[in-house]
Amino acid sequence: MRTPAFLLIWLVIAAAVFAGSLAIGNDYVFFAGYVILQYVVLSTAWNILGGYCGYVNFGTGAFFALGAYSTVAIYKFIGDSELPHVIPIPVLMLVGGAVSGVVGLGMGYLTLRLRGAFFSIATLALAVVLETLVVNWDYVGGSRGAYVIRPEEMPLIGNYIRYLFLMMMLLSVASITIARLIEHSRLGYGFATIRDDELAAEASGVPTLRLKLIATTLSGALMGMAGAPFPYYIGFLQPDSTFGLDYAVNSIAMPLIGGTTSWVGPLIGALLLGTLQQVATVTISSAVNLLLVGVLLVVFVIVAPNGIVGLVRTYWQRKPEEFVGRRRVDADAPGSVP
Amino acid sequence: MNSIANGSPNTGLLQIDNLGKRFGGFVALENISLSVPAGERLGLIGPNGSGKSTLVNCICGTLRNEQGAVRFDGRKLDGLEAHQRTRLGLSRSFQLPRPFASLSLADNIRIPLLYTVAARGTIHSAREVDERCHHLLGEVGLEAKAQRLPRDLTQVEMRKLELARAMASLPKLLIADEAMAGLTHSEIEEILTLLSRLNDQGVTIILIEHIMRAVMSFSRRLVVLVSGKKIADGAPDAVMRDPEVERAYLG
Repeated sequence: MRTPAFLLIWLVIAAAVFAGSLAIGNDYVFFAGYVILQYVVLSTAWNILGGYCGYVNFGTGAFFALGAYSTVAIYKFIGDSELPHVIPIPVLMLVGGAVSGVVGLGMGYLTLRLRGAFFSIATLALAVVLETLVVNWDYVGGSRGAYVIRPEEMPLIGNYIRYLFLMMMLLSVASITIARLIEHSRLGYGFATIRDDELAAEASGVPTLRLKLIATTLSGALMGMAGAPFPYYIGFLQPDSTFGLDYAVNSIAMPLIGGTTSWVGPLIGALLLGTLQQVATVTISSAVNLLLVGVLLVVFVIVAPNGIVGLVRTYWQRKPEEFVGRRRVDADAPGSVP
Repeated sequence: MNSIANGSPNTGLLQIDNLGKRFGGFVALENISLSVPAGERLGLIGPNGSGKSTLVNCICGTLRNEQGAVRFDGRKLDGLEAHQRTRLGLSRSFQLPRPFASLSLADNIRIPLLYTVAARGTIHSAREVDERCHHLLGEVGLEAKAQRLPRDLTQVEMRKLELARAMASLPKLLIADEAMAGLTHSEIEEILTLLSRLNDQGVTIILIEHIMRAVMSFSRRLVVLVSGKKIADGAPDAVMRDPEVERAYLG
C-alpha cells in the first residue's frame, strides 16, 4: 500500500474514532483517550530507536518532559508579553519536537560508541541530568512546578480537551505513518542491519553512525512532540512526575508486548496496555498501573518473546514459504534488549 | 625477502606503505608494505596471530593504523570510515560469517545493493535491485532459499551468503578472510570456483587461508606474515621454498 493511501485510511479511522467519542457524550472519554494516544506516539517513537535499531532508550521521560517544558517556557514568555495568549498546539508540538530532536541528536553523538546496557544506562543518566537542570530553572517553575491554564473552549470543537485529543490523534497518525515509511525504505533496512551486526553493516556500505543519529533525532523529536501539549492537559506540571520512570517503562513495555519489528507492534501494545491502564485507574486504582505493566511484560517475555505481532507471524509460518521473510522476520531475540 | 612478482611502487590497485598497528604494548603489524595490482590473485598466509586479520581490518577501516598509509585505486584511505571504503570498491567477507540474522537471504544481499551500488547511481529502480539480488543468490546457488533466514543455512551456504554479500557491492578488490574454514574438500572446490570466476570477471582477490592446498591452487602470488612482519612475497612455489618461510611457518 502506498503511503498516501495508508495515511488517508488512518485519517478516516481517526475521524471515525473522534466522531464515536463525541457520540458517547462524556468528555472523560477524551481525557482517557488522550493518554492512550500519547502512549501510541511515545511507544512508536521509542521503537524507531529501540525496535528498529536495537538501542534501548530509558530516557523517554526526559524527551517527553523536554517537549512539555518547552511549552511551559513559551507559556511563561508570552504571559509576560503582549502576544496573543493562546498558541496553537501544532506550533507547540513543532517547538517541543525541535528541542527534543536537538537533544536526541546530542545524545546520539555522546553515546555513539556505547552499545547494549551501556547505552541504556547513559540514556538514564541523561534523564537525571535534564531533570536536575529543570528543577533548578526557576523560570519554568523549578521544583515547585508550573501552572498552565487550559482554555475552556475551542471554537467549533467545544471543550478544549477535545481539541487536545484531536491533536494527539493526528500526531499518532503521523507517527505510525513515519514509522511505516521508515520500515519500507532504505533507511529501515539500514536500521535493521544496525540491530543485527554493525560491523557487517559498515562492511556492506551502511553509514551506521549517520543512521544512528537519524534514529536518535527522530525518536527524540517525536517524544518531545508528544510532550508539548501535556501542560495544557495536566494543568500543573511537576518535574517529578513529568520526568517519571512511568514513561520510560511504558514506552519500552508497549512495543515489547506488541512486537518491535513493525509499526503495528507499538500501536497494538499502546492501545492494549494504555486502555487496560485507563480501565484499571477507574475501576481499581491508579497505583495498579505499573503492576499491570510488570505482570504483562513477564507473561509476554515467557509466552511471546516477539510480542503479539511475532505470535501472529509464528502462527502464519505454518505455511512457511508464503510468510517467512518477504520483509523482516523476527529473529530469536526482540531487538537486542538487555 | 623475495620480491618476484611486483608492480612498480604506487601503481597497484591497493598500495600499502609501512603500515604499523599496535594494541597497547603489543606490536600487531610492523612496517608492512604491499602493492597489489588490479586483477591479482594474492594469497595471504601466516600462523595464527601473525596479523592477517588485523591487516585486513586496517585496510577495510575496521581498525585504524597508527603508522603508514593505505591507498586504494589512487586514493588515500586514511580517515575514511569502513562504509566509505566499501563504497569505493573495497569489499571483504568475514572470518566468521556475520549475516544479518533478522533479514532474509535476499534482504541480506539487498543491503550492499541499496547502500553501495544504488548509492553510486548505477541502479535506479526497486525492480533492478530485486533482479540483482536474485541473480547474485543464483550465482552462489542459494536462489531457492532467497526468502529464508540465515539460521536455516548450512555452514557452506553461510560462507556462500557471506561471499555473495561481499560481491553485491560490485567490488574492485575482494578480501576473502578464511572463506573456506571448516568446509569439506568438495565445498572448498565450490568456493574456489566461485572466486576464480569472480577473478576472471576482473575482481582483484586477496585470499587469506590456512588450507594450503586451496591457497596454492588459487594464488598467483603469495605473501607470508609472521609476528606482524612480512617475511616473503612472491610466486607461490618460490615462496614455499624460501628457507625463512619453512622455518617460521611450516616448521
